[in-house]
Amino acid sequence: MSSIQLTPTGKLRHFLTIEGLPRDMLVSILDTAESLTSVKDRSIKKVPLLRGKTVANLFFEPSTRTRTTFELAAKRLSADVLNIAMSTSATTKGESLLDTLRNLEAMHVDMFVVRHAQSGAAHFIAQQVAPHVSIVNAGDGRHAHPTQAMLDVFTIRRHKPDFGGLTVAIVGDIRHSRVARSQIHALNTLLTGEVRVIAPQTLLPADVETLGVKVFHSLDEGLRDVDVIIMLRLQRERMQGGRLPSEHEYYQQYGMTTERLAIAKPDAMIMHPGPINRGVEMSSSVADSPQSVILEQVSHGIAIRMAVMSMAMQHNQPDKAPQAAT
Amino acid sequence: MIRLIKNGRVIDPANNEDSHRDIWIDEDGRISNGSHDSNQLSPEQIIDASDCWVIPGLVDLAARFREPGEEQKGSICSESAAALASGITTVCLPPDTIPVIDTPAVVELIQQRTKRCNSPHIYALGAMSVGLDSVQLSELGALKEAGCVGISNANHPISDSQFMRNIMDYAVSYNLKVFLTPVDQYLSKHGCAHEGQVATRMGLPGIPVAAETAIVARDLALIEATGVSAHFCRLSSARSVEMIANAQQRGLQISADVSAHQLFLTENDIVNFNSNAHVLPPLRTERDRDALRQAVADGIISAICSDHQPHEADAKLAPFAETEAGMSTLETLLPLCMKFIHEQGMDPATILRSVTQGPADILGIQSGNLATGKAADITILDPQTEWTLDSSNMLSHGKNTAFGGWPFKGIVKNTLINGEQKYSCL
Repeated sequence: MSSIQLTPTGKLRHFLTIEGLPRDMLVSILDTAESLTSVKDRSIKKVPLLRGKTVANLFFEPSTRTRTTFELAAKRLSADVLNIAMSTSATTKGESLLDTLRNLEAMHVDMFVVRHAQSGAAHFIAQQVAPHVSIVNAGDGRHAHPTQAMLDVFTIRRHKPDFGGLTVAIVGDIRHSRVARSQIHALNTLLTGEVRVIAPQTLLPADVETLGVKVFHSLDEGLRDVDVIIMLRLQRERMQGGRLPSEHEYYQQYGMTTERLAIAKPDAMIMHPGPINRGVEMSSSVADSPQSVILEQVSHGIAIRMAVMSMAMQHNQPDKAPQAAT
Repeated sequence: MIRLIKNGRVIDPANNEDSHRDIWIDEDGRISNGSHDSNQLSPEQIIDASDCWVIPGLVDLAARFREPGEEQKGSICSESAAALASGITTVCLPPDTIPVIDTPAVVELIQQRTKRCNSPHIYALGAMSVGLDSVQLSELGALKEAGCVGISNANHPISDSQFMRNIMDYAVSYNLKVFLTPVDQYLSKHGCAHEGQVATRMGLPGIPVAAETAIVARDLALIEATGVSAHFCRLSSARSVEMIANAQQRGLQISADVSAHQLFLTENDIVNFNSNAHVLPPLRTERDRDALRQAVADGIISAICSDHQPHEADAKLAPFAETEAGMSTLETLLPLCMKFIHEQGMDPATILRSVTQGPADILGIQSGNLATGKAADITILDPQTEWTLDSSNMLSHGKNTAFGGWPFKGIVKNTLINGEQKYSCL
């Protein structure tokens, strides 16, 4: 799937999904991010990798954290950055996604960072843009959020570098989560020992085990011997759709508390893509515990996004572009 | 004009015929035995059908011509040309035009516009409910008098079981057949792909098999209770086939069809968000596809239709779920049937029956039959010529096909309607 995101020589051209990317590519993204983490500690927090390039953040869904880290990442790479909040812009005036894109393309943007409520939106845009333009998926529907997954595995690798020996549990609304899908692909590509999903059946997609995960409906059972716990955000709409009775019951059954955390391995890491609903997905005592790496995830987001943007741009120079068409 | 089709292999499933013989067409456009008052006729035109198959013109149970109302997608003339070039001589239109076919006036409008160009025989299904709103019963008596061959609510689900029962009861009074598209409004809500591993990977909202089977079960119960004459449209799952087969075995007089693309594509064809494979009902698993093929072979499904839905290019240029569902398929109906015969080792008569006599019987019309005295609706095809589909060369206004680049074997050489040559590839 998605050979569209690689050049004929197997280099990164767009970053749309983790699925189908070779393990070497993921390792190379992680290594590049590692080398870029020191940029934040310099007095001048910039490297010239994207100098003279224009990056447009095209967000059709509201986002603060992801958009901000993409913006910071682009700026630290010396790119010019345009922030376009599409949810309040052209598409609400009836302009089609394609027309919006054509207009921005005419302004010679080199890279679009796209977030959209529809699965496949980033693929669609990648199929439509000129050959020298790169697309980075910042979340499409329920499909993929590959930079989030990469920053999560980056965070895990910094603490527990041997993926083969790890058991990772993803807890919560897997069904509607692009983050979970990308995490599962990333963890499996990196040959993680065991990947588990823990949720009630109403929050799991059909045939979820075909993604390469072990399914648990009981949090207590699923947490046994786990090295990494990834909690997902619960959207309020789930209660209206009849998928859950109440936040109260969810917290009782699937909320992470200090007592439950004790079921996992003593050094288990707690992660969350944010923003946290305290008292719904986890207690404050867990969110703020020494085992929590939630804030670390956020700062790693910048390095990962710098790595992905610079790699995609490197292999997408206009003079080399014609070979990249598929 | 008296015509003679010479030296062809005549395959006429309605009369269990598969033989090399000549076919005569008399001055009235009917198939004759070549003599009149025991005088041998002399043909004014001879069509050489050596190495060709001579078959009844195809009857397509469901094709949208988009007129009136959506002429940016297609028109009666553009889609008629595509049908004739594809060997289709009779077409049945679903009622979801704009305005909906819920009054005799719309039926008459379509009949009038049909006269503007060469067209196949066109029949229409009337809408079960006014504006397809699933609330108010249409004037079914008037629609029948205007020529509707049956009634349907197109792809608009009827969730109110009492309303469906009333439709069936009322249809019985006029001896109208109901054409049912089984889909549960709630189980299919927001869905755009088969609920299963591919949709899960792609993060697309799914439509479970139960969205189809739940309504098949309900409608079977209502058919049994009301005694209405009924046909199930566009089956997509192995489980539905099983339910229909069981009901048929119990003696219920029901029929079913499948679209040709469901016999060849599966959920795997939507990978990479290919919007041309966005169809409803959704493409399901290989197991479902194989069960549908077997059901055609066994006669449980007695018609293969095109379910033709031409779109303008823009309708497919968006993220998958936002694109309009449906494929332009008039020009792949016969080619896919030929592929079924050539590649799946199917008996030509069985497959050709499901695009001729099968659908004609479902519609209750006198087509799809090459017996002496019948209207000479005839398709002549060369079964061996190989070609590759290039969507930009399609005659339909809609180029939205998932079969672009597919190799096919067999091309239509002539299409005759009432003995008149309406298409010739020369």
